[in-house]
Order: sequence, then C-alpha cells, then structure tokens
Amino acid sequence: MSPVRTTSAGPLLSVRHLETTFHTQRGPLHAVRDVSFDVGAGEVLGIVGESGSGKSVTLRSILRLLRPPTKVTGEVRWGDENLLDVSARRMRQVTGGEISMIFQEPATALNPVLTVGEQILESLREHERLSAAAATDRAAELLDLVGIPSPRERLKAYPHEFSGGMRQRAMIAIALASSPRLLLADEPTTALDVTIQDQILKLLLRLREQLGMSVILVTHDLGVVAQTCDRVTVMYAGRLVETAPVRALFTQPRHAYTLGLRLSLPSSVGRRQPLKPIPGAPPDLRALLPPGCPFAPRCGFVTDACRAEEPKRRRVDEDHTSACIHHDTLPAPSEVAA
Amino acid sequence: MAAPSAAARPGRSRRLASFRPKPTLLIGAAIVLVMIAMALFPQLIAPYNPTTFDYNAILQAPSAQHWFGTDNFGRDVLSRVVYGSRIDMQIALFTTLFPVLFGTLMGALTGYLRGWLDALFGRIVDVVMVFPFLILVIAIVAMLGPGLTNMYLAVSVVNWVYYARLVRGETLVQNQSEYVQAARVMGYSPSRIIFRHIFPNAVTPAIVYWMTDMSLGILLGASLGYLGLGAQPPTAEWGVMVADGKNFMVTAPWISTYPGLVLTLAGVGFSLVGDGLADLLRPKR
Repeated sequence: MSPVRTTSAGPLLSVRHLETTFHTQRGPLHAVRDVSFDVGAGEVLGIVGESGSGKSVTLRSILRLLRPPTKVTGEVRWGDENLLDVSARRMRQVTGGEISMIFQEPATALNPVLTVGEQILESLREHERLSAAAATDRAAELLDLVGIPSPRERLKAYPHEFSGGMRQRAMIAIALASSPRLLLADEPTTALDVTIQDQILKLLLRLREQLGMSVILVTHDLGVVAQTCDRVTVMYAGRLVETAPVRALFTQPRHAYTLGLRLSLPSSVGRRQPLKPIPGAPPDLRALLPPGCPFAPRCGFVTDACRAEEPKRRRVDEDHTSACIHHDTLPAPSEVAA
Repeated sequence: MAAPSAAARPGRSRRLASFRPKPTLLIGAAIVLVMIAMALFPQLIAPYNPTTFDYNAILQAPSAQHWFGTDNFGRDVLSRVVYGSRIDMQIALFTTLFPVLFGTLMGALTGYLRGWLDALFGRIVDVVMVFPFLILVIAIVAMLGPGLTNMYLAVSVVNWVYYARLVRGETLVQNQSEYVQAARVMGYSPSRIIFRHIFPNAVTPAIVYWMTDMSLGILLGASLGYLGLGAQPPTAEWGVMVADGKNFMVTAPWISTYPGLVLTLAGVGFSLVGDGLADLLRPKR
C-alpha cells in the first residue's frame, strides 16, 4: 500500500510529551514517558510493543479514560484544542463525534443486556438528530458496511448470539456510527483467530479508504503492522524508541529493540531460520529504572555509552526517528539471517 | 447458533418467549401467590373472624371445625394465620421497598462516581454494618416507640446499606468491563452510562437478595412482634401469634406451631423465587 502523507494542513492528531503516571501501593508507576507522535489525515499509524510497554495506556490517556489519581500530562493537539485541557462536556463531544475507539475483547466490549441494534442506535442518535426509521435504516447500513449478513434481522440480536468476529464487527459499527475522523483500535484482532483477524484488518483498511478516516492501531503483532499500517512506532518501557514508515522499519530497523523484534518474526521467504528471541524480560516500571537505555540489559549491541545516559530520540532519516545510540551501525535483518 | 428465519426473530420479547423457569421457581411462585391471595382476600379464605372470642371453643385441638385448632380466647388459628398474612406481606414489602430503591441507587452512584460521595457513604455503611442488625433495629424502635410504622422506619434506616454495598461492588466490577469504557468513548453522559448501561447489569444480585430479604423481613417482623415492638395484639400477625402461644406450648402446641410453619413456608417461597429469578435475570455472555 502507498503511504498516505500528511497534507499541508498539518497532522490530524498531534501528541507531545505525553506522560502517564499510575499511583500504586509500591509508589508511582511511570507507564508512559515522553511520548510524541503525529497522525496524518487518512493515515494508519501502528503502535507496537510487548505487553506492558504502555501501548494501551497511551490510547486511554489520549481519550482521558484513566481516572484520578492517575496523572496524565503533556499535550494532545486535536484541531486547535489540547484534549487534556478541554472540559468534560467538550471531551464527550470529541470522543463520541470525532474520535472513536474499539477494544480488544469483543466478548466484553458490547453491553450484554442491550441488543446490537439498540447499541448502534444509541450511538447514532447521541450525535445526530434522526427519526426512528431513519436511524434504523442507518444502523442496518452500518452493519452491512462492516460485513454482517442480513443486517436488519441482526439488529435485534443480543451480543451473546454473535460469534467473536461478528461482535468485533458490531463493535466497529457502533464506533463508526458517529462518523469519526480518527479510530483508535486497541488490539482489535488479538482475541480472534487468524482467519477472522485477517478479515477484520481488511475491513479496517477498507473503511479507511471508504470513509477517509485515520486509524491508530495498537498491537503486539508485527505481522499485523506489516499488513495494515503506513507508519509505525515502536514502544518499549513506556517510551517510543523508533518511529518510521513501515517499509523502512522492516528493511532497516534503526533501533536494536526493533531489530530484535524483527528477528524474532518468522519469514515466509527464503530458507527457514531458527527464530532469535530477545533474551530477558522488559523492565519492571515500578522499580526505579537504571540510568541509560531501558533496553540495554537485553541488548546485544550494548556499550558503556548506552548505560551512561538515556539516549535522546533523534532524526536518523527523513521521517525516521530512533532513540538508539547505535542506530547507524545496526545490521539489516537480512544480513543477520544470512 | 442456529440460523432462524427472519420471522422467528421478534426482538426483545424473545427473552420472554424462551422463558423456561426451573420447577423450584414455579413452586416458590405458587407459595408466594397463595400468600398474596391470603393477604388480599382474607375474608374469602378464612372461615372465622380472626379477633372474635369464642369462650365455648377455648384451646381446642385441630378438628374439622377448626383445622388449626383454637387459642386461649377461642379464636380460630387458621383464620388468624390467613389474616396474619395481610400484616406479614405488608411487612415483607415495606421493610424492603425503601432499602431496595435507595440502596441500589446509592450503590450505583457511589460505585461509578467514586470520590467524596463514595467515601462519605462508605463510612456510613461501615458504621451501620458494625452494629448487629437486630440490636440496631430494636434500639431505633425503642426510641420511636413500638408499632408497625416505626418498625418500617427503623428497618429502612438500617437495611439499605446491604443493597448499597451489593450494588456498589457489582458496579465496580462492571466498571472494568470494556463496554463501559466503550460507552464513555462514545461520549455518553455519566447518568446515561450509570442507568442505561451499568445498572441493568449490576442490579440482578440486588433483586435476588431482595427476595431473600423479604423472608428476612417477615422473620424480623415476627421477631419484633414476639418482643412486643412490632404489631400489637390483638392484631393477627404470625410473630405475635407464636409469642401468644408460648405459654401453652405443652398443652396446646398448635397455637404457636401453625403460624410458625406458615412463616417458614413463606420464607421458603420467597427464597425459591429469588433463586429462580437469579437464573432468569443473569445476562447472557
């Protein structure tokens, strides 16, 4: 797919220096640290990382779903507003009407006591004045759009009568009811089996084309990223360590962690190689992080400089940033495999 | 999942169409209906006036004329049990109605909103709960004076905390569900999220507990009646009747036994209904 570039009007959503701190029994937990990224109009941005790297928390911070005492600071620029500053009332207008979100667990993301139709209608009528008949027509259209057969009858079904894939489609239909310009997808395919996963991803891409909306896709699956995203940003221990167009990231990672992820991914071309897992585990964010790069203890390219000071994010190429000291000496994945 | 034809899908009412109650629910419902019928139309069921003395038929054992026997004033025990249902069903309703309404409301609000409201009501609930239930009720009735109305007041003041705690806990659980997060992302107002989305999912345990609580309410009313703090003689009330018969337990055990048995039966009936409702109301996942 051809990457959709940001238009001259600037990015649709611009996140700057986002910091999220949870308060736990064992002291503050810095889950998101200095996260900055842009999403252009019509762009699909992937956020990848291991469990606990802060991907989902980033999305929830943007939409202010985290409650006090959890602290979120920084800037989430949407149009000419900072979403972290606007009133709760304005935030409800934005989240319902302009930004929508879909969740990982289709089993729990739909309300079990309301029919699918009631849930779509509610979302529709929250933001548009529609007659009952027009709203029902639109709801059926939405179910049809997300690929659910005989939509008019399905409106009357309860979520438990749907399969996992159908629930995720229904969830997407509810999210689309408000005609959002940006869709946040939090691991939308993780709970689904591989064939359904593929269908849902194709659906998201098709909707992006048809409705011209942007998507932030959070996933731990590099395969999903390769298939879906225009640009991708890699998250580790609450920080964005590398951001790049998807092709550049796969052919030449500029961060040792990305390279590690890339090498632990099976390839469908060429000779079969043993996979190289990354040794160790991500750092415990509740503990005080040692100075230096958070990936240093697991890194094969580590030097003293890495341990001395946390590396800053730097531009390594046009539209390519990395927080790795050794960004220009890392081998390409193809060379390592050979 | 079968693929029924379009015509076989009439929507919401299907939940009732697939109504398959357990036999225990039917038994419980039958018991409760009989109790309610006795409460509504005692004059049609009771063979005698419940408060008329008959000095020609004192302390008679159960017989064809007096199925449950007569008491020390010659009053027909069966008739008094039937009329007693009127008071005891009223007790079951009025000791629980305010608690179930106010308690579930406060539970849902504090569970969703948290913050200072939750902290304040949490402490009130704690304070009420650390007192033994009966002692607290007796203390309040003693302050207000004996009688049914004061008993309803006293029980209501204490009893709502159990509903509040139950629904608050359930609301906290529902709060973690992604559908609640999804509702917030949809931009719905807090009141809509609480009442349309969370409440129907969180209220089931409270309704089930309500049924059990009705039988507890009857027992409580009977206890207070026995202690002389609830219904006052000569009103026919099951607890009062058990108390009245205690001096004749050896010579005329039927005076206390039959109202006691009916009281137990009513309790079993409400519990069975509560148990059956739990199965029917539980949202399907």
